[in-house]
Amino acid sequence: MCGIVGLFLKDISLEANLGNLLSDMLISMSDRGPDSAGIAIYADKETGRSKFTIQSENAKTDFAALPNYLSKHLNCNVETKVNDTHSVVKIDESATSKFSEVLASFNPEIRIMSRGSSLEIYKEVGLPKQVTQRFNIPQMSGRHGIGHTRMATESAVTTMGAHPFNTGLDQCLVHNGSLSNHNSLRRRLRREGVHIETENDTEVGAAYLTWKMQNGATLGEALESSLEDLDGFFTFVVGTEDGFGVVRDPIACKPAVMAETDQYVAFGSEYRALVNLPEIETAHVWEPEPATVYFWKH
Amino acid sequence: MLEFDLQENGLRKLNSALHDQKENSNQTVWKVTNPKGSHSIAVGIDAPIEVNIEGSTGYYCGGMNKQANINVKGSVGPGVAENMMSGKVVIDGDASQYAGATGHGGLLVIKGNASSRCGISMKGINIVVHGNIGHMSAFMAQSGNLVVCGDAGDALGDSLYEAKLFVRGKVKSLGADCEKKEMRPEHLELLEQLLSDAECDAKPEEFTRYGSARKLYNFNIDNSDAY
Repeated sequence: MCGIVGLFLKDISLEANLGNLLSDMLISMSDRGPDSAGIAIYADKETGRSKFTIQSENAKTDFAALPNYLSKHLNCNVETKVNDTHSVVKIDESATSKFSEVLASFNPEIRIMSRGSSLEIYKEVGLPKQVTQRFNIPQMSGRHGIGHTRMATESAVTTMGAHPFNTGLDQCLVHNGSLSNHNSLRRRLRREGVHIETENDTEVGAAYLTWKMQNGATLGEALESSLEDLDGFFTFVVGTEDGFGVVRDPIACKPAVMAETDQYVAFGSEYRALVNLPEIETAHVWEPEPATVYFWKH
Repeated sequence: MLEFDLQENGLRKLNSALHDQKENSNQTVWKVTNPKGSHSIAVGIDAPIEVNIEGSTGYYCGGMNKQANINVKGSVGPGVAENMMSGKVVIDGDASQYAGATGHGGLLVIKGNASSRCGISMKGINIVVHGNIGHMSAFMAQSGNLVVCGDAGDALGDSLYEAKLFVRGKVKSLGADCEKKEMRPEHLELLEQLLSDAECDAKPEEFTRYGSARKLYNFNIDNSDAY
């Protein structure tokens, strides 16, 4: 099972409503997976600044002391916005390469959920309704976003096993399905020096895409080669700084439905996820073809 | 006519009301509003009634249908009319994967396209698709007829038994043991009837028939070493 949703806005007048629409879509998919939920949202990019979303089990104490520590050690202006167990941290672009090292020196237990300039990822164990409320997702605005609700099969129900997975700067991935060659692929990627944290299959898929792109592939090329190298069932929805994409494995037994109007392009595991979108009755609704990469850009 | 708002009254109430209808029911026409992609709408009916669903549905719409005419004014999710026994299910829009799977009888009409595994393991149902069908359609299909007015995807009729497949457009590839067959007068006659029942104006002569080469499901003494 698992439920995935995605919403890409063409009409900027809907941007203030993105979090609300996306939360509603994800909540409608709750019975496809009750274990954990997450949302990736692309919003307010600032030139010259990098953005990280971080997560801590001891958010209160960690996030109180963190801003001063970071500005001292990164030697730049640091802004943080605490949101429950997560915090969005903005730093000067020039300090980006030092960030993870400095963060680990502050507390190695703090996890980086996303890196980039506009991407923010929020994910926790629980139902979509609880998770979206906890982080106030309905109040968030943005240009596009993707979401996931998980029925765990290949690894434990934990925050780090929740989707979306960050695949690179401003890139993320959600997955419906299960990969059967994730153990051998994880060993291969680790030999190549790729950092993989959990025993989760999707994290391996995400790491695979990151590794391909680090070696010069575009996202489209990385997705194309995933059709060769990943064994198992998958419908992937990926987010990038300027758009979102969809790819299904050649057997395509994991469901997918898409809708497009002049205002948006939307993805859902089921049509139920799309029913409350504006003017859905007149939208072009179709099922994405297997083994075909789809992409929309602003 | 009875009108039933699904969002207001819920699925169980609808399906149990439909299950209560008998052979001589006076409530012969039902209208279901606000389906909003819900699953299992109008499943398990056994009465000669008409059910009109005003919008798109989720999984398994019209599953196990006996006798009823079910019309969907929209598209349907996976498994429409799965294991249908008799009656007629008509979809105005598209159907997702495994439409009409394992169906024993009746007629399923899809006016748009059907995706993968259409008619998988069909056992006597007739399926007419006005548009195209996806890959692995009619996999292990045992009997009945699958008529496709558009194109068929990869591996059509893989491991086919005795179902007949008629395709007007292109077939991307044939599955194991599925082959092109001669179109005889009785096939043209059958097609004409199915197309007319499905309100489709395609001409029987435009179709190609495919069927089982019967090499896979008959025991062949030359293969005895393989067992």
